[in-house]
Amino acid sequence: MKLDAKIPEGPLDQKWTQYQSRVPLVSPANKRKLEVIVVGSGLAGASAAASLGELGYQVKCFTFHDSPRRAHSIAAQGGINAAKNYMNDGDSVFRLFYDTIKGGDYRAREANVYRLAEVSNAIIDQAVAQGVPFAREYGGLLENRSFGGVQVSRTFYARGQTGQQLLIGAYQALSRQISLGTVKMYNRHEMLDLVVVDGKARGIIARNLISGAVERCAAHAVVLATGGYGNVFYLSTNAMGCNATAIWKAVRKGAFLGNPCFTQIHPTCIPVSGDYQSKLTLMSESLRNDGRVWVPARKEDAEAIRRKQKTANDIPEEQRDYFLERRYPAFGNLVPRDVASRAAKVECDKGLGVSPTGLAVFLDFGAAIRRYGKSKASVSGMAQPDVATIEKLGREVIAEKYGNLFEMYEKITGENPYNTPMMIYPAVHYTMGGLWVDYNLETNIPGLFAIGEANFSDHGANRLGASALMQGLADGYFVLPYTIGHFLSGEIRTPAIDPASAPFVEAEQKCKLRIEQLLQTRGHQSVESFHRKLGKIMWEHCGMSRNLQGLQSAREAIRNLRSEFWKDVFVPGRADEFNPELEKAGRVADFLELGELMVVDAMHRNESCGGHFREEYQTGEGETLRDDQQFNYVAAWAWPDLDREPELTREPLNYEYVKIATRSYK
Amino acid sequence: MELQLKIWRQKNADSGGGFEVYRVKANEHMSFLEMLDVLNEQLIAERKEPVAFDHDCREGICGACSMVINGRPHGPNQGTTTCQLHMRFFKDGDVITVEPFQARAFPVIKDLVVDRSAFDRIIQAGGYISVNTGQPVDGNAIPIERDTSSLAFDAAACIGCGACVAACPNGSAMLFVAAKVSHLGLLPQGKIEQDGRVQKMVAQMDEEGFGNCSNVAACEAECPKQISVSNIARLNRALITVSFQSS
Repeated sequence: MKLDAKIPEGPLDQKWTQYQSRVPLVSPANKRKLEVIVVGSGLAGASAAASLGELGYQVKCFTFHDSPRRAHSIAAQGGINAAKNYMNDGDSVFRLFYDTIKGGDYRAREANVYRLAEVSNAIIDQAVAQGVPFAREYGGLLENRSFGGVQVSRTFYARGQTGQQLLIGAYQALSRQISLGTVKMYNRHEMLDLVVVDGKARGIIARNLISGAVERCAAHAVVLATGGYGNVFYLSTNAMGCNATAIWKAVRKGAFLGNPCFTQIHPTCIPVSGDYQSKLTLMSESLRNDGRVWVPARKEDAEAIRRKQKTANDIPEEQRDYFLERRYPAFGNLVPRDVASRAAKVECDKGLGVSPTGLAVFLDFGAAIRRYGKSKASVSGMAQPDVATIEKLGREVIAEKYGNLFEMYEKITGENPYNTPMMIYPAVHYTMGGLWVDYNLETNIPGLFAIGEANFSDHGANRLGASALMQGLADGYFVLPYTIGHFLSGEIRTPAIDPASAPFVEAEQKCKLRIEQLLQTRGHQSVESFHRKLGKIMWEHCGMSRNLQGLQSAREAIRNLRSEFWKDVFVPGRADEFNPELEKAGRVADFLELGELMVVDAMHRNESCGGHFREEYQTGEGETLRDDQQFNYVAAWAWPDLDREPELTREPLNYEYVKIATRSYK
Repeated sequence: MELQLKIWRQKNADSGGGFEVYRVKANEHMSFLEMLDVLNEQLIAERKEPVAFDHDCREGICGACSMVINGRPHGPNQGTTTCQLHMRFFKDGDVITVEPFQARAFPVIKDLVVDRSAFDRIIQAGGYISVNTGQPVDGNAIPIERDTSSLAFDAAACIGCGACVAACPNGSAMLFVAAKVSHLGLLPQGKIEQDGRVQKMVAQMDEEGFGNCSNVAACEAECPKQISVSNIARLNRALITVSFQSS
């Protein structure tokens, strides 16, 4: 099968404008007759549902949470990018586009990324109008800061809670549409299957999580905004409920999954402290604006720190290795996430790790505290401030910038990061892979759209910081509301979809059967224990560093674990009640399938790019070694039948505007 | 450390409930919810039903986790959600009582899980700025004083968890409503609709069965985001102003 990305003709910077002028419209009278299901209520889902409702479509929005405000977008800390160039530091739409393509290690589609950069500015305007309290300068204008992989300051932020504030903005827009009756909200409902009628996505099967009732919901089109699948690794920065079921069911119904092995490992997370741990906590990338990453230069110092005989403060400046600054002088501590993560792993593998497990490096604010302290003392007219005063003033500035992050760190670790450097280690954070979509954000199943982290489209093999919020909101507010018209304009003669038709009844039966199967296996192992085992396999063999042999063994291990799951899982409780274990069982069962496809994808991509580091393919300096001759494409996988091999379709990537080059941050 | 847990168990909204006592071994680095995970794994191993509780992000921001621990919503620490409460704040041998948030407007769904959808309906009544996608002017066209923006942020930090309601002897949602009214009303974009917003949100709050505010300020003490009761004063001022205008 040949994949058509449906990229519009014309020069790069005019494609979207021309598309908007030419895309078929749906009249207001017809919009009222067309129904759209949006699954998920995070940044992408809430903004899409609200915008589609404003346009006049009849929207049904589903979330497994008790309220749309709880989606995991809320936990995004650092910020959102836009090419406003408010800082007058040379930013532009093209530069944001270029940085994103380069940051993604040349594995994203040019036209989509350019459009993302183009609409980025409108997102900021929209959010400000909704009342999002972004950080401001004393003059009352919006403030920016820097994020990894770029040399301009284009990141807008709201303290360390940017995701929360943006989501509340979208949630409020959604709430307004709910009150106006254009959106009907289904809280505590989980999508269990996609319904395809005559080749088009026409609805979903959802379980009411309170009553346990399995329900059929029909619409003219279905939008999946269900986030990423980082929880396949068990330990990640994702929320406990984040899952892949919606996108995975779409794959099982014939949708293609794009680049499933592209996973982002975020360098600055609080290290794992024990085997009871349920999740990992991110420390925002914004901290790398001021924090310097280091390990002791000498192994004996690292060992002494691990044994708690020394602390970070005992290591003199000349015995510290600021390894990011050393290896990447041009970008220093602000190299992209994949680069920073791998560099930390290299140091820890050398035995220079600083936590009792040996898997941590320092993130140190000492220099920033002194720098800010001096500047504040000088502004306050102090001629000769002493060290204590400087440090006190500096801590105040740091507290203003990152206070909530420092508090969070202290709550979790019990250590005060103002006095001793933070300890951090990489952790799974985001999945660049996702459902394959064309320029319309439509999957290969007509009428099925995927937006936000759920699709694969904009970040290539590595996502830059503060770009996830940008993409979620770009898709939901400014792209999908146009592009869905491309499909729906052809549906104006289609009457309301009948949820009593055979494909719905059949899909419902299958879901009920699967629930029964989960409950009746009555084996001896908990769902949690399977999830942990899967996570361990994935992290060891398909995590920060991968090799063919490891991947082969991982595939075997996952297949065995999957068959063991269906023989020996124990799920307590009943189907017709509120049963969180049953919810979890369904999600883990899907992860056990998706995990295998990730491994298959990682195995086939015989190159290293972005977050996908295959040990066999690296430069002498340990950097990723791409193979543009053979792998300059999107890997779109079909796997409707688990008894057969997954089938690969390639979408070649044509770079017309960016010169494809070795990605260097040195 | 070994702990004794007295946990409220309730099958569903229609049935009665009661305390059950469990013993669990924990470690001081665990979060409170991870300690409950251990208990649940133990219960599952004994083929018993695990304790249901709402939780998701486990980093103090989604507002899903709730529960009253030793009589206090989100437990003993100030400015901390249950998911960020760590076991090092408890001692070996402690007896810990765990109950759901209790309020007329928050019916129990199961065990420690309550229905907080009343909060959504209050926001739907007017907790927004009426702006459609694509209409706005440039973000810098509306300069906002730094302090004002910061004050609005303090109110906007609300995570909608409902601890304020659970802490209030009257089960009032005044802090929740006041936080939203302050967040939007302090900003120039939100001022325009403020009068109507105040009336509609308060009317919805009353309709949902939340109690009245009698200035106890337990809400502020228990709020995991430490939202100030001065927001309630701001709401009351706005309410009085509106009532004069409409009469």
